[in-house]
Amino acid sequence: MRRVAIVGAGITKFVRRAQETGKELSFEATKMALDSCGLTLKDIDMVTLGTAPDAFDGVHMKGEWLSDGAGAWRKPYMRNFVGGGTGVFAPIHGFFHVASGMADTCMVVCEEKMSSCYPHPQGAFKTIFDHTLEQPLNPTLIWIFALEMNRYMNTYGLTKKDIAGVSVKNKRNALDHPSAQIPENITVEDVLNSETLAWPVNRLDISPASDGAAAVILCSEEKAKKITDRPVWISGVGWNIDTAYWATKDLSYPRYVEKAARQAYEMAGIKEPHKEIQVAEPYDPFSYKELHHMEGLLLCKKGEAARMLADGVTERTGNLPTCPSGGALGVGNPIAATGLMKIIEIFLQLRGEAGKRQVPGNPRVGLAQAWGDLMQVGTVVVMKS
Amino acid sequence: MVLEKFELKGTGLKSQAVKDGSVLTMPCNPKLQYSWDTGQAVGRYLDGLKEGKLIGKKCGGCNRIMIPPRMFCELCFKDTGDWVELEDTGKVNTFSICHVNWDASRLPQGALPHLPAVIEIDGASEGMGILHVLGEADPKEIKIGMKVKAVWKTANERAGAITDIRYFKPLR
Amino acid sequence: MKRVAIIGAGSTKHRERSPEQSYREMIFEAARMAYKDAGISHKEVESFVTCAEDFTEGYSIADEYTPDQLGAVLKPMQTVPGDFIQGLATAYMMIQSGLFRIVAVEAHSKYSNIKTPNEVAAFAFDPVYNRPLGFNPHFVAGLEMNRYLNDTGATATQCAAVVVKNRKNALKNPLAAYGAELKISDIEGSEEISWPLRKADVSERADGSVVMVVADADAARSLSKRPVWINGLGWASDTPGLETREWGRAVYAELAAKMAYRMASIKDPAKEIDVVEVDDEYSYKELQHLEALSICEKGTAGKLILEGKIAPNTSGGSLGMGHLLEASGAARTYEVLMQLRGDAGERQLKKADAGLAQSWRGVPTTTGAVIILGNS
Repeated sequence: MRRVAIVGAGITKFVRRAQETGKELSFEATKMALDSCGLTLKDIDMVTLGTAPDAFDGVHMKGEWLSDGAGAWRKPYMRNFVGGGTGVFAPIHGFFHVASGMADTCMVVCEEKMSSCYPHPQGAFKTIFDHTLEQPLNPTLIWIFALEMNRYMNTYGLTKKDIAGVSVKNKRNALDHPSAQIPENITVEDVLNSETLAWPVNRLDISPASDGAAAVILCSEEKAKKITDRPVWISGVGWNIDTAYWATKDLSYPRYVEKAARQAYEMAGIKEPHKEIQVAEPYDPFSYKELHHMEGLLLCKKGEAARMLADGVTERTGNLPTCPSGGALGVGNPIAATGLMKIIEIFLQLRGEAGKRQVPGNPRVGLAQAWGDLMQVGTVVVMKS
Repeated sequence: MVLEKFELKGTGLKSQAVKDGSVLTMPCNPKLQYSWDTGQAVGRYLDGLKEGKLIGKKCGGCNRIMIPPRMFCELCFKDTGDWVELEDTGKVNTFSICHVNWDASRLPQGALPHLPAVIEIDGASEGMGILHVLGEADPKEIKIGMKVKAVWKTANERAGAITDIRYFKPLR
Repeated sequence: MKRVAIIGAGSTKHRERSPEQSYREMIFEAARMAYKDAGISHKEVESFVTCAEDFTEGYSIADEYTPDQLGAVLKPMQTVPGDFIQGLATAYMMIQSGLFRIVAVEAHSKYSNIKTPNEVAAFAFDPVYNRPLGFNPHFVAGLEMNRYLNDTGATATQCAAVVVKNRKNALKNPLAAYGAELKISDIEGSEEISWPLRKADVSERADGSVVMVVADADAARSLSKRPVWINGLGWASDTPGLETREWGRAVYAELAAKMAYRMASIKDPAKEIDVVEVDDEYSYKELQHLEALSICEKGTAGKLILEGKIAPNTSGGSLGMGHLLEASGAARTYEVLMQLRGDAGERQLKKADAGLAQSWRGVPTTTGAVIILGNS
């Protein structure tokens, strides 16, 4: 198989409401990715774009509308979509463009402009539920997270206090990320005392709605070696979807994430992920989700992620730093762009270029993961320097 | 590359700037309307609800009794078999106490919180749950594993919809 | 490069309405046919692609509802919000990478469930520049048709001949919803939608689902008696802006064809390709696309069709079968597949060893794809 490297990256600030249009945000990320590795659009063979629901931007077929902003004019261009898992899936889609030999260079762009959905992007989530059997109950997105978090806590005997530390860690880590929307020094008590939205979910357990874009450039080995002396390789990819009948499965464990992780680990030759993965960006749209995903990623045993958090293992200085970027909770959560932000963080960490966020020990193996749909999709990329 | 060396783009606006019109917006309120073909399985399920019954379907391959019913088993990938009338009781798989509306606005002060729950229906296979809401329940007393029973609208009110069940109430 | 083949296909009938089936039940029907045709069970399919857009599905995240009806629970499954041939391209690349051997691709339409179709279509326009005009979305096709006729000298009568031909072809296609025996005067007498475009120039929509199974050479040879090989693929997007496009040309189709021909080593498409299925969502599009694909010289397609000298779209095209949203390219590909396998019944062409299917994503896009299939 042809090896595929990441050679450049671009990202905008993540903000609650951007003045820029979705196209402009895409352009800014794309342009920065080109500049970061000294390429121009002429060097890009193909483009793939990841963006989550059309309902956020308020444009039907928004992949088409965003295409020129993503540098796709008169190029082979496709959009990929696996709900909230899209940001980590987009580079997987790009990976196949290069690994197949169809392209030597592929631009991967992710965009989300959630603020266009008025008055609140939560409104767009009502229509993610089954139109006949669930929407008549007027569900909100927070319901399913609250239902899953409750089941998770109940299964493993965890408390809200055991989980709140994720928000504290990630929002603190985000103080060092130049894109960050809500970096903050807060305490576990702040999280527990914040407004209860849908018990057991409090305001500070949730990532914000955001606008933003990110981009990475993927290359074949031959091209990559001409562009940079520090390529980061995509060594493993995995993605998986569970049944749409979400209420009929065990909510305490994301088995679809495990399946995706196993696929990626097998490809990357990783046998003992908890020992071999040196830095991880699990998806953290809600505080408990980081822990839930660490378990699905086999970075610890079921029900033990909270203990790792409490022991400081997942701090930047710990043995297995998670979300050193600040994650969705701290940097912000423009859905698809968040996943790609996580890819970019691992790219920088493995190159030793993460600045104040750099984890010690010259990590050589890392992973990024995203999650999406109705408690359903896992997407995983393993990267090596 | 180090992010800090780039001047990152993206201009954050305050909500006020949109509200007071100092930044212009182009409003759009699309009328996107749909009417869903319920098909055979869900159609029959809705007929059952109108009659005050919960109806599932059994797969002859894996022997699962499934709710909501489906014409094909998604695991065995073959036609399902018999229709099965299920109980209108079940147990709470998980629940939440929700203080916000579907559009993220907060419920009025003093309003009863919404009580969404996944309810595993008696007579269906282990773990087969549906999304619904709880009622006649003190939020403090709701427990995972608690037995509940459907509270139906009257026959005249029932329309063949999931809301023909008003809510599930604790069985004491 | 490895060789990759289509080893199985299933298609439901295209129908104006399908009230007795949910979208899940409809897709299951097509998937079951495709897996049976390929001689496999769903368990042997390693990965799945659905081609769909949220607002035509009526879900904010349509991807959620893709796995069950394909047998894809706990499998690598993705949505390509694009045309079916783009989905095939994705499957092709996955197999070509060496990571997968067998991938299924699906697309469908439940158009009859959309009660405000023009609102949905108009929601694809630029929200600031174009949408506030509040025009019927077909106006874009009117603009394009006018410019195409002006630039090439093609006539509205030639466009009407496309409609007559395709709807007649559809009479011989058991999957088609809109077969009819019409005269050119019937088309020219139909009401104007957005001059020069008339009602009969616009394909009616239909419900339906198509599934295909794609496999690498080893799997194809061991499983299938009649693998049909994917010899070329191309896809491209021109500008999304209404203000910046070349209205007379289908640049996306030219670029996609160039890419596919290069890959398939095709020098003279008119001679080397036996079966041609092109997008005909609007009558003039068939002419514009045939020229963009170099099946004939620019400005000659209409004349050649009127005189019966070329006869693409034996299936009946979207005009005759019904437009299936993102599955329209699937219906075109399906016909090429049937012709190459010798399974096209009354429509069977004598020589059918190499074929081309082409798609366009409709107004207001400038995105299209091309696939070249061969018996060798």
